[in-house]
Formats: sequence, structure tokens, C-alpha cells
Amino acid sequence: MTIAPLATLGFSLWTAALALLLILPPGVLLAWLLARHDFRGRTLVETVVALPLVLPPVATGLVLLQLLGRRGWLGGLLEERLGLPVVFTWRAVVLAMAVMSFPLLVRSARAAFETVPERLEQVARTLGAGEARVLLGVTLPLARHGLVAGALLGFARALGEFGATVMVAGIVPGRTVTLSVGIFQLVQLGQDAAALRLAALSAIAAFATVAAGEWLLRRAAHRR
Amino acid sequence: MRRRPPVLAPIAALGLAGLLAARLAGGAELRVAAAASLGESLPEIAVACATPTGATIVPSFGASSTLARQIVEGAPLDVLLSADEETIDGLERRGLVAPASRVSFASNRLVVVVARDRGTAVAAADDLLSSTVRTIAVAEPHSVPAGVYARRWLERRGLWDRLQAKLVPTDNVRAALSTVASGNADVAIVYRTDARISPRVRVAFEVPEGETPPISYGAAALLASPQPQAARRFLACLTGAEGQAVLARHGFLPPLRPGSAP
Repeated sequence: MTIAPLATLGFSLWTAALALLLILPPGVLLAWLLARHDFRGRTLVETVVALPLVLPPVATGLVLLQLLGRRGWLGGLLEERLGLPVVFTWRAVVLAMAVMSFPLLVRSARAAFETVPERLEQVARTLGAGEARVLLGVTLPLARHGLVAGALLGFARALGEFGATVMVAGIVPGRTVTLSVGIFQLVQLGQDAAALRLAALSAIAAFATVAAGEWLLRRAAHRR
Repeated sequence: MRRRPPVLAPIAALGLAGLLAARLAGGAELRVAAAASLGESLPEIAVACATPTGATIVPSFGASSTLARQIVEGAPLDVLLSADEETIDGLERRGLVAPASRVSFASNRLVVVVARDRGTAVAAADDLLSSTVRTIAVAEPHSVPAGVYARRWLERRGLWDRLQAKLVPTDNVRAALSTVASGNADVAIVYRTDARISPRVRVAFEVPEGETPPISYGAAALLASPQPQAARRFLACLTGAEGQAVLARHGFLPPLRPGSAP
């Protein structure tokens, strides 16, 4: 079996990007709710959102498999009604990445929102801005550097995802093999040199992502 | 001085408790790594052979190829039971097998299974091409014995290249089986002994004997084992009456190279 390094890198990058796009709107919205609003069941929501961060990734993968499998309610729905097979396809890779990155995104985004002084939002309100306008015109722009850093962190987590991914997407060459899964598979096959090449590519991709995040954070701190 | 947060104490206590539990569990043990397809039979053999071996037998399971890889990397194991002979050949070439300890202890056949409640209609190899068969789970076809046998069979039938888009390789043969049992693949190619353990799958057809290479299970004591005598006694029991009776009860066929007991 051969695993083409560059194609694998490309696959990891686009699936991680898609996972990020998928979680960005709900993640940012939830982070804003948690940072600015008190509501019933808030602690429960916080705990559930943090779960993928603290559960063993394979345990999360198992839950996802129950849900997304052909006999799971979501997987069954997607495959039978919409003709979209999930398990052992790239869709499973994206969903696993999305679930695993979600807590990191929400945590970072929430921290970013909490750095925005509520006083400025109050000022906007006294000037007659509605809640939507306050969010879009004041809070989001002021939090944007932290939000971008959080998104990059989520992206890096998605790139490195392994445990949940192998559970729902398996190791199908050319279809579901990401960098992390490829490294595991090549080591299993005793092809250490090829595994090291993939590991080097992952290191470069992760480094670039984290460096971009740090740079943005520093720029944000500088501005303030 | 500021007090430390009290979270560290419980974590340290848990760690110490784990260490202690691991210590207490030690003893005279023979560590036997075995092909995933031996998942039910080896624990029974371990009980039947404990007295003749003179040690507690501690089984661990995985794809034979994965286990071989662990042995090459120096995993502390005493005996390997493989679902093929090639894996043992490979370890022998690397000088990791105890001299003259090698035996063949069982043989097997391949079957094609489908989920019992789905009833995907397959009765022969060519039916795998049908559009009702969307996914075929097989053990990793270049390293794991069950996958290698399945690939050789499909190659011989001229189907291997044509079925590529449907194949879902799995870690080991049991993973292929459970993928069909859970409904996530339509068909799996597994051993006939595997098909018997899951009530949720049924055998669609058996692969004719001549269409696969001989499926011969090999075993050997490992050179690095600190208890070579116990390892040999275990292998003698495995190929002897006690071991063979358990294997036969689980549907394994007699070894193809009889008389190679140590």
C-alpha cells in the first residue's frame, strides 16, 4: 500500500478547512452567548461543549459512530433520505474533525469576547444601536483577532485529529486517509520512512497554523 | 505563602493507586499474542493448557502483522500465534524465533458474510460486483493475513481491480466482521470461524478451498522470551489433544502440516 504524501496533506487541509467552516457560525454564536448572557442550563451547555476536549477521542468516535452509522439516526437519515453515505467517506472525516475542534473554538472565541469591554457595548446601546448592531458593529470587530486565533487553533486540532476519525471514517486509502491516520497506517505496515515523511509534513502544517495564530494574537495585543 | 490548589492531591493519589494495582497483578505469566480470529478459542486454550504449561497464560489479540511488528520493536511477548505462516517466516528471517519451536496448529477457510437483517443478495464471487453491494469490509489487504487471503482470492477471480472503489480495509479480521454486524458495510470477507461468533451476520457463501492460498495458522516461541521451556510446553499443548479439541469446537480445521509439533 502506498500513501501519497502531498495528496494526503491536501486532503487533510481541505477537510480541516471544511470542518472549520462548518463549526465557525454556531461556535462563535455559542461563545458569544456564553460570554454575554446568563441563561437556564448554561452550565450544562458549557459541560457538553467541553466534553470532546476531555473525553478520550476514541470514546467521542464511538458516540459518533453510533450516531452516524448506517443504523444511527443521523447516519441513517443522511444515507436513506438524502443519499449521502457518511461512515468510511470524507464526510465522516469532516464531521469527526468538526466535533473535536468545536470546544477549542468555543473556548477561544469566548475568551476573545470576554476581552471586549462591556462599557463600549453599553455606549453603542445608548447611541441607539440594537443588539444585532452592537454584536456586528462593536463586539465582533473588537474580538476579531482572538476569534481568528481561536479558529486557527480549531483548524490545527482538526488537522491532527486521529482517534475519532479512525472510528467513523476508517482507513480507506485515497478516500479517508488524513496525515495522522496515514502515519498510523504506515507504521502498522512497517514503512517507517514514509511515515516520517508524513510526520514532517504534519509538523510543517501545524507549525504554520500555530505561528499564524501567535502572530495574530501579538498583533492584536499591540493594537490595544 | 499561597496554598496550592487541592486538585493535585487527588491526581497524585489516583496515579499511585494505579501503580500499586499494576504491581499486585504481577506473577508467573506466559504472554501469548494471537491473531484476532483466535479471540474466543485462545482464552479457552489458556485455561485448558495452564496446568501443562505451568504458568498463567495471558493472551493479547491483534492482526498477526501488527503483533509481528510489536515483536520486532521488542514487545515483551513469549509466544506468537499467527493466522498465516508468512508472518512467522518474517520473524524467523529476523532471528526472533526460538530455534525449532515453530508449529502449524490449525487451518481455516474464508467466507463472505452479510448482515442477517439486511439480506444483501450475494451467492457467488461475481455478485460482489452488483450495485446492491456498496461496501466490502476486508482486513488490510497487504499485511493482515485475512486481508491478504481475501486479496489473493479476488485477484485469482479477476475481481480485485474492479472492486477497489468498494473496499473498506480494517485493522484486523474482527473489525471487518463488526463493520457488517453494525450495518456499516454490506459485505465482509472473514474466516468461517469468525462468522460463527456474531449472531448479526450470516454466511452468504464459503470461498471454495482451491481459490485461496492454504490458510495455515503458524505459531512459535520467541527467542527473547525469558521462559522458553514454558513457551514450548504451551505450544505442545496447543498442538496436542487439549488445544486441538478447543480449536475444533470453534470451527477451526486441523493443521495442514501435521506432525510438526516440537
